[in-house]
Amino acid sequence: MERQQIIAQLNEVFRDTLDNDDINLTDTTIAKDVEDWDSLNHIQLVVAIEKKFKIRFTAKEIHSWENVGQLVDSLAGKL
Amino acid sequence: MKDFAALKRNLKKDASALKAIKVALLGDTATQFLAKAIQGAGYEFGYNLQLWEADFNQVERQVFDPSSELHEYGAEIIVIFQSAHKLLGKYNKFKGNAANFAAEELNGVKALYDTLASVNPKAKVIYYNYTEIDDNVFGNFANKTALSFLFQLRKLNVLLMEFAAEVPNFHICDISSVQNAVGKSVMFQPSVYINSEMVLSIEVLPEVAYKTLHIIAALQGRFNKCVILDLDNTTWGGIIGDDGLENIQIGALGIGKAFSEFQYWVKKLKNRGIIVAVCSKNTESIAMEPFEKHPDMVLKMDDIAVFVANWENKVDNIRKIQGILNIGFDSMVFLDDNPFERNMVREGIPQLTVPELPEDPAEYLEYLYTLNLFETVSFTEDDAARTKQYQVEAQRATLFEKFANEDDFLQNLDMVSVVEPFTKFNTPRVAQLSQRSNQFNLRTVRYTEADLEALAASPEYFTFSFTLEDKFGNNGLICVIILKQQSADTLFIDTWLMSCRVLKRGMENFTLNTLANFAQEKGYKYLKGEYIATVKNGMVAEHYSKLGFEPNDGFWLLDLAEYQNKKSFIHKK
Repeated sequence: MERQQIIAQLNEVFRDTLDNDDINLTDTTIAKDVEDWDSLNHIQLVVAIEKKFKIRFTAKEIHSWENVGQLVDSLAGKL
Repeated sequence: MKDFAALKRNLKKDASALKAIKVALLGDTATQFLAKAIQGAGYEFGYNLQLWEADFNQVERQVFDPSSELHEYGAEIIVIFQSAHKLLGKYNKFKGNAANFAAEELNGVKALYDTLASVNPKAKVIYYNYTEIDDNVFGNFANKTALSFLFQLRKLNVLLMEFAAEVPNFHICDISSVQNAVGKSVMFQPSVYINSEMVLSIEVLPEVAYKTLHIIAALQGRFNKCVILDLDNTTWGGIIGDDGLENIQIGALGIGKAFSEFQYWVKKLKNRGIIVAVCSKNTESIAMEPFEKHPDMVLKMDDIAVFVANWENKVDNIRKIQGILNIGFDSMVFLDDNPFERNMVREGIPQLTVPELPEDPAEYLEYLYTLNLFETVSFTEDDAARTKQYQVEAQRATLFEKFANEDDFLQNLDMVSVVEPFTKFNTPRVAQLSQRSNQFNLRTVRYTEADLEALAASPEYFTFSFTLEDKFGNNGLICVIILKQQSADTLFIDTWLMSCRVLKRGMENFTLNTLANFAQEKGYKYLKGEYIATVKNGMVAEHYSKLGFEPNDGFWLLDLAEYQNKKSFIHKK
């Protein structure tokens, strides 16, 4: 899957999970840029991403990402 | 069942028109998502749950500190979730003899409950039991040594059940059975736990939340009381009218085992007090034949409270059954293998619960198990006798048609009533009526056994329970009154509720005569009543005006100086 495609699908998961259609993710997006993306909702996002892409992140990965780009790197490595 | 994201979206909806219930949630792991799931599920059940959540791992502090926010909040329902993971942690550090671990943990739970009950005697506690973790330190041998964690965990679950059986306000939410149903790998996601201290996976949160709501709804008096069965291909395999008595599948024939086991399940429900009715498109005599003659039938005519078999449509027939039983459509479940009939009934009577039975009868039971259709918060011996009472009701309905006027009919019933204050023998049944009665209930204040014991002991309150028996049979305890002394000359009717199965017998008149005579003897001048409207108690909106009470500042007042005993055909036993 192309990186752009992954981000597009990720964007959908974020919009759906956080119930916010204004979200537009890029590689440099960080949690602070997105309303409601707090540490708790992060867990819900992670689980939703796992479900959407049918993969599992390790416990370490889940708290390692500094921006969306790194999340996509992790994800791409599993597809 | 909605998923977690959908439940969470419910929190943004306006729940202000729904019934508000104050709930507190305390846990020894992170419970923020559980709180949201419970609240969102509350909306699905028609409640506006006002949920107060304790900070992380504050169970003991909140309970044992008398000035804590928990006690200040005054919740009606307190949910406590102490996880198996934390239990394992405690076991790991346990200094005593591991064989005593469960008993000591139970003491901890008892101490929590006792403190809660002493501060807020009305609060109901819902305690989550422990999901199994097998650390496999002993392998299968864990079952052979009291020292193993698995042994102690299972023992603790049993001890909790024994404790709950003794304590009316302590309820167990069986999340261990949720884990059995979904599997541990679905219940628990280690990566999420490590990152968030949450022990319930996002996927399983709705299951746990709904399970919790089943108890909450039952505590509000909302639960199913009746199951209506279709016959052909639901109660037995095949079509009795076409296949004949010898060829329907039940017992050893064909896939008969599926139907036999289904019938055993229905029989257990009936023994528990669920009313079983039949609604079938059949000729009545043919439909009854298996119940009377087939040796493998588990259900017999005795088990069926109302039997309706004809060629009319099922919506009308279910209305007829409801008319005889006099319970709300929203407390009835209809089981039918035919999707067409199900849809028609669903459309005709939307309040009815109509499970979407699987196509394969082999799967009926497993599917029905998952729905938890018959939650309850009490069980008494009266429950088991209920079917008989409703059968008798059907006979009364037939007799009524024979008499020209109602008075003759009532006279002919030879009715007697035992009037008693609350005693330790009748209190369980009184508590149950207090939980169950929705329609003939003037104020719908729910009391538990513990509440009632306190009332009965208080000098300010006077309590009355009424039974009703007639020539057809005994209805048991069917009416409850609680009077509160409001001033030197006025008694306030705190509770007036009655089982709907004794409507139209003049029980209201007999009850009022009893109360008025009691009050007069004690030297009171007025009886004061109040009607608090709910969605369900419209039938008693005019109760006090019909009985001659005068409106008075939002209440109803009866001047005892002018009271003449009302016409009644019921005699005091």
